[in-house]
Amino acid sequence: MTEDYFLIPDFGLDWLDAGGPEADIVLSTRVRLARNLQGHRYVCRASAGDREIVFRTVARAVNRGALPPDTALMRMNELGRRTQQILLERRLVSSELIGEAAPDSGVGVAVSSGNAVSVMINEEDHLRLQCLMSGLRLMEGWNRVDKLDEELGGLLQLAYHHEFGFLTSCPTNVGTGLRASALLHLPGLVLTKEIERALRGITQVGLTTRGLYGEGSEFVGNFFQISNQTTLGQGEEDLLDHLNRVVATVITKEREARQVLTRDAGAITEDKIWRAYGLLRYARALDYVELMNLLSGVRLGVSLKLLPSPPVYWLNRIMIFSQAAHLAEAAGRTLSTQERRAHRAQYVRQALRGEGGSTTTDPGV
Amino acid sequence: MSEPAKVCDGQGCDNPAVVQLTQVVDNESTTQYLCKECARAKGISAQPPSSLDVSDFLAQLGESGSSGSEKVTEPCSFCAMTFDDFRESGRLGCSHCYTSFEPRVRRLLSRIHGAGQHAGKVYLPPDPSSAELDRRIAGLRRSLQHAIEAEDFERAAVLRDLIRDHEAAQR
Repeated sequence: MTEDYFLIPDFGLDWLDAGGPEADIVLSTRVRLARNLQGHRYVCRASAGDREIVFRTVARAVNRGALPPDTALMRMNELGRRTQQILLERRLVSSELIGEAAPDSGVGVAVSSGNAVSVMINEEDHLRLQCLMSGLRLMEGWNRVDKLDEELGGLLQLAYHHEFGFLTSCPTNVGTGLRASALLHLPGLVLTKEIERALRGITQVGLTTRGLYGEGSEFVGNFFQISNQTTLGQGEEDLLDHLNRVVATVITKEREARQVLTRDAGAITEDKIWRAYGLLRYARALDYVELMNLLSGVRLGVSLKLLPSPPVYWLNRIMIFSQAAHLAEAAGRTLSTQERRAHRAQYVRQALRGEGGSTTTDPGV
Repeated sequence: MSEPAKVCDGQGCDNPAVVQLTQVVDNESTTQYLCKECARAKGISAQPPSSLDVSDFLAQLGESGSSGSEKVTEPCSFCAMTFDDFRESGRLGCSHCYTSFEPRVRRLLSRIHGAGQHAGKVYLPPDPSSAELDRRIAGLRRSLQHAIEAEDFERAAVLRDLIRDHEAAQR
């Protein structure tokens, strides 16, 4: 087991590589399964002792080869606040796992960088298995998380009912326990004012939309997460098929909207994109929402080939490394709001400096 | 006693209403009952809300208090959760709660998911019984059929091997 996650380069960030299908529109695909152990109280009713037993039982299964040997197993209460936040900013843990209401012990995560899978322990359910990948790869994500589920299920007695399927703490997850989502960048639909209609359509076919960081998070930077809503009554493949078809339609609509933009408002669009790039290139202070909106413009420009660089991979990295905990980690200290804005702008300037020159320089911290 | 089914208020429409639309305009509140089609024409979705709040579902089901006609349910014998606890938190306390509150949970699941029977992966516990193996094989065959239809032959091969292994274990 790896103990210090900073020793692993780009720990848990494989999904940023922009190597997946449709990666200029689909930032990432996530497939997660909710599972519980039979004969143990769920987290909302568990004592510290109950949680510890579950944690150790799962840790034993992880160590017996349910996850690959490169897996890092971390207990949240052994990590500093900043490291916890970094894991959240990398989407490897949820805010429930590290938030104020989270239990103070027996809570953790096992992350395998190699095959993009991870397992949260004692979140809302005993186990939350997830696979996070670049681009639109729902079936591949499902295959990987299913394999992990098979491994863990062969070692652990899971809570399962022949009629209700996999039992979960919240009845909205029962059955398959599957929540699959694709994170889409949709500036074309936003700028052509078609987004409201698209979101309504998505809801009408039984899917749901959320912001960048899942349930309850706001829409920023024109990112929209589309996921299945129901988990009982349909097989995993059918749920994924349906989601895949809807996401493919949204991608087509987004591409059409982008064509309309370049055809009917080419000069305005180009100006907006270069202005966004200019601001990022020279600003001395940036707040995160402003950054995300400017990055959205640049991402659109790169996708439409109106901007020659930077590659999508860099834009993805900037998004993650310019968040509060990543900036504090790079600075080696806590930053005030004002300092953070300045550090963020400096980081982005450095990351974009390679334009037309050494674009291979790593913008990382 | 439940109310008789309402008929859609849409012009010339006699379909049963599934949506109650209350609008407040200039401090005047009006209520309309609409069928799915007429609701959609007005841009309203009859689907569940995008953020699933279990408490809302319980309220809609009239399950929000223990004063209903149904007998007050005993607390769960394993984790001691009461139905009122569940109503408040929206989270069940253990696997046994599904049995303890079964009729109510069944209604709730059918309201949330529009279905009551699991149709996904069949779990095979360590040391499975023969009936569990049978159910598992049937589930794998469904997935195999799906993989073949989707021309995902790599997955189909994996599933075929699994079925073969389970069948051998059964003998």
